[in-house]
Amino acid sequence: MIGLGLPRGFLVTLKNFVRAPVTVQYPDRHVGLFGAAKEAGMNPFRFVVKRPVDSIKAIAGLATVPVALEQSPRFRGNEFTFYEDRCTACASCAKYCPLGIIEIVSVPGKIDAQEGESYKLEVFDIDIGRCMFCGLCVEACPYDALHMGTKFERSTYVRDELIVTLDELNAAEKKPSSFYRPQFEENAFDPYTETVDDHYDAGRHERPSDEDLKKKWVDER
Amino acid sequence: MAIKTQPVTVNLGPQHPSTHGVFRLRVMFDGEEIVDVEPVFGYLHRGSEKLAEERTYTQIVTLTDRMDYVSPMLNNQAYMLAVEKLAGIEPTQRGVWLRMIAAELQRIASHLVATGFLLQDLGALGTPLIYAMRERENILDLFEMLCGARITNSYLRPGGVFMDAPTGFWLALDRELVDIVNTLDELEEYLSGNEIVFSRTKGTAVLAPELLINASITGPMLRASGVDWDLRHRNPYDYYDRIEFKRILHTASDNYARYWVRVQEARESVNIIRQCVAQIEPGPVRPSFDDVPRLIRPPKGDAYVAIEGSKGELGFYLVSDGGIAPYRMHVRAPSLINLTLLRDMLIGGLFGDLFVSFGSVDLNMGEVDR
Amino acid sequence: MDPAFLDNSLWRNIYCNLAGDSAGCAAREYSAGMLPTGMEWLAFALAAAAIIGLFVNGVLGGVIVLIWGERRLFGRFQTRTGPNRWGPFGLLTPVADAIKTMFKEDVVPKDADRILFNLAPVMIAAPALLVFSVIPFGVGTYVADLNVGVLFIMAVTSLTTLAVLTAAWSSGNRIAILSAFRSVALLISYEIPMALALVGVIMLAGSMSLGQIIGAQSIPFILVQPLAVFVFFIAAMAEMARAPFDLTEAESELAAGYLNDYASMKFGIFFLAEFMAEISTSAIITVLFLSGWRGWEPVPSHLWFGAKLILVLFVIIWFRMTLPRLRIDQVLKLAWKGLFELTLINIIVTAVLIAIWPEPTTTRLWIMAAVNWPVAIISIWAVSKLLGTSGYDDTEPDSDAPVYPVATEQIPGSAVHISGVTGPDTQARISSPANSHIEQGGN
Ligand code: SF4
Ligand code: SF4
Repeated sequence: MIGLGLPRGFLVTLKNFVRAPVTVQYPDRHVGLFGAAKEAGMNPFRFVVKRPVDSIKAIAGLATVPVALEQSPRFRGNEFTFYEDRCTACASCAKYCPLGIIEIVSVPGKIDAQEGESYKLEVFDIDIGRCMFCGLCVEACPYDALHMGTKFERSTYVRDELIVTLDELNAAEKKPSSFYRPQFEENAFDPYTETVDDHYDAGRHERPSDEDLKKKWVDER
Repeated sequence: MAIKTQPVTVNLGPQHPSTHGVFRLRVMFDGEEIVDVEPVFGYLHRGSEKLAEERTYTQIVTLTDRMDYVSPMLNNQAYMLAVEKLAGIEPTQRGVWLRMIAAELQRIASHLVATGFLLQDLGALGTPLIYAMRERENILDLFEMLCGARITNSYLRPGGVFMDAPTGFWLALDRELVDIVNTLDELEEYLSGNEIVFSRTKGTAVLAPELLINASITGPMLRASGVDWDLRHRNPYDYYDRIEFKRILHTASDNYARYWVRVQEARESVNIIRQCVAQIEPGPVRPSFDDVPRLIRPPKGDAYVAIEGSKGELGFYLVSDGGIAPYRMHVRAPSLINLTLLRDMLIGGLFGDLFVSFGSVDLNMGEVDR
Repeated sequence: MDPAFLDNSLWRNIYCNLAGDSAGCAAREYSAGMLPTGMEWLAFALAAAAIIGLFVNGVLGGVIVLIWGERRLFGRFQTRTGPNRWGPFGLLTPVADAIKTMFKEDVVPKDADRILFNLAPVMIAAPALLVFSVIPFGVGTYVADLNVGVLFIMAVTSLTTLAVLTAAWSSGNRIAILSAFRSVALLISYEIPMALALVGVIMLAGSMSLGQIIGAQSIPFILVQPLAVFVFFIAAMAEMARAPFDLTEAESELAAGYLNDYASMKFGIFFLAEFMAEISTSAIITVLFLSGWRGWEPVPSHLWFGAKLILVLFVIIWFRMTLPRLRIDQVLKLAWKGLFELTLINIIVTAVLIAIWPEPTTTRLWIMAAVNWPVAIISIWAVSKLLGTSGYDDTEPDSDAPVYPVATEQIPGSAVHISGVTGPDTQARISSPANSHIEQGGN
């Protein structure tokens, strides 16, 4: 009805005024006294008695607690997770990358327990400064050696530092995203709390038993 | 005594808060009245169509994400339909339902953005924009669950989608659909009876339906003039023929009608998603790699597929020479074509309405310039 | 020395402490006398400097808090948190802003008229500060109690437009000029309803002195003069160029308008002046309509004033956050066709009431309120009818029926149904011109 539109608008804004804010504060969140006490695992009275300085800070609005962002396990982040032991240097990933930013140099001669003789990687560089995290390289990898990562903080002052080398990939924390990796989803793997260090666990198949391996690679030869 | 006046030419953009990207308008004003408008675009040209000529068909999906970056899922869908037509790929059932759900979610998100920014152009200082964006944020969260990215989705693959929805998705979707309706209610409560919005938008930038048809304008802009033209209904692609939905039409063809049509269409999209969820069945989400390999080589020929994008008829034209990459790709970008009536909309209007009318086109510079 | 100004307790405290002027202070039982006799002029100058320093810094401090508070409130209206990072609850954010602003490069455009360009910030800051000189912030806390206080306020606030015009003209920027023209149009239109709205208050109080107007408010005038409050509030928003009347800055159209070419602290001063105007407007509304510092006893008068001020500021911010901007023709129409009539109605009704009951006592004020409210509601309703809201059609079309029929026919070789246009009422709709809103008078 004409004439009531504006007051109705005012009510809507007022309703939103009293709503809890939707802002996600990152990397830390400001808390009041109750929040700080909850974070410390005490009730507020105990908190005030035990930690007076912290409680004054909390009352003054200066206390912060760290925040972990809520992300989907499929989140395509940087810090690719890479298992060198699974990689056969087939370079599918490099061919699939729309930007051609994966550089692979391989030499023959590596003996792998699961795959037998294969190529050994010498260079495996991803220029994530140009990467758009489309995930096509991960989709292309036939051996589940390359996975998207789940982190997203990698700002530097120098572009060259954004080229991730093989050593860095190997040293990085193994928190693979479940993007295009249904096996992680089936196990309800949560990359934000768990890691997958063993490369056998990152694959699509059951982990072979030691006898199987021995039979396959030693006895049959 | 007669005071001598003289029209002034003012350059609005490319750096201007309301140009929806990098767009430039050379406007001649006589006082507050607009005498002449000359749009200048091309500032965001990235040569996507040319780049596509040296990408494989799967890799091009990443380019389509970046065309209309407010509705990447719809771009994905239009492109994949063109690829499927070109290569003769039969999509899988579940894949199609999933991409329809994603596309309708994207349509809601895009209409929310359009509505929010229209009101931002009206000078509402960001409040309704943030309410709209808040809801869009939740839709993007759903996309993150589906495909791991919020804007640069690249969710679709020839014949379906790359991965089935995760377990928590359906519950989250149900909750989100309720939220969307609440937000739309709130936006309407806030604005649909608002006298200032009425007086600012009703009767401004009226375009005759004849003119719109002749300029091949499509989408909410056309439907706001009463022309019943929705490709989902006229030429059902995917499984839209199995869906019952209302076509939203308005007769006024002014800025208000465009706003109204978008909000109602977002509501209708919720309805469509509900029906999709009811009809979806388990199964593979993309054809096996034996049927559709990663590297497809469509036979020589060409294909054009248009879908009802959030901004109008979004078409992809692909020419194949039998190789792994298209010989030529062309995009029928609704934003660009809807801009063609800019002069008719703006000339004779007032400065205050310039960006409102401009915003009511709902254009996206990423798509205009490509 | 003429002791008239010694009525003001602020002045008296400082002046008498310094001078101990026997003629002025002893009579008021107050005399400390730090300076030798014969130095009253020095004491006068020092007292003036102290008072000016106190007020300017007080106002600036208020502005800083307001900037913070406004941004926090904006945040809450938009379901965000607002700035909360720097300092407790983000209180230091405006300080950081100020430092950042100061260290920006001070760019002067090549085509600018340098003298005027540099003068404009001063021109806008001075009147914004001057307004505060007549506002009583509490019992005895004011710089001057002019007997033409209301007139002074009206005169001084209109100076800001001159500064806006100067800034726009001197920066040699067309967008700025457009904005300045809007500003002048706005000022000329809204000055009149604003002044007329105050006539009712002045008639009731029988004085233009703000102190006496507060004295006359045994009940707040917002109850007695609803029409005046309504008009004054809208007109004041327009004078401040705040949403929904922020046509001069119009972020989404003019992109800051006359401020386009200002950078660094010159921009900062415009910014500060804007917020000072917001505070002073709220203070004026508090004084004229909310009975200023009057309140119940144990709570000090300054707190009452502050609380009312914050309330008015909240309402202003609430308005800003809710309302979209009006177009220039609508704004001017509202002033001349709407608010102007309302003020005339208010003046007539108030005059009649005062003619019936001169010397308004509390009871009489209540009776006047009882008369004025129905008058206000009826006249606002009538004027809004006159302004032409009847043209709006808020029923939506039935979207089931195609309104503009499109014939479907099969095009050979295509699955797509293509349209042929056979609308029966095509001609009628095409004839509506693109600029029809001008003929409809801006509806
Ligand atoms: S995520 Fe995409 S862009 Fe990045 S390396 Fe992989 S394929 Fe290339
Ligand atoms: S990461 Fe995967 S795709 Fe890339 S070279 Fe190694 S095995 Fe091949």
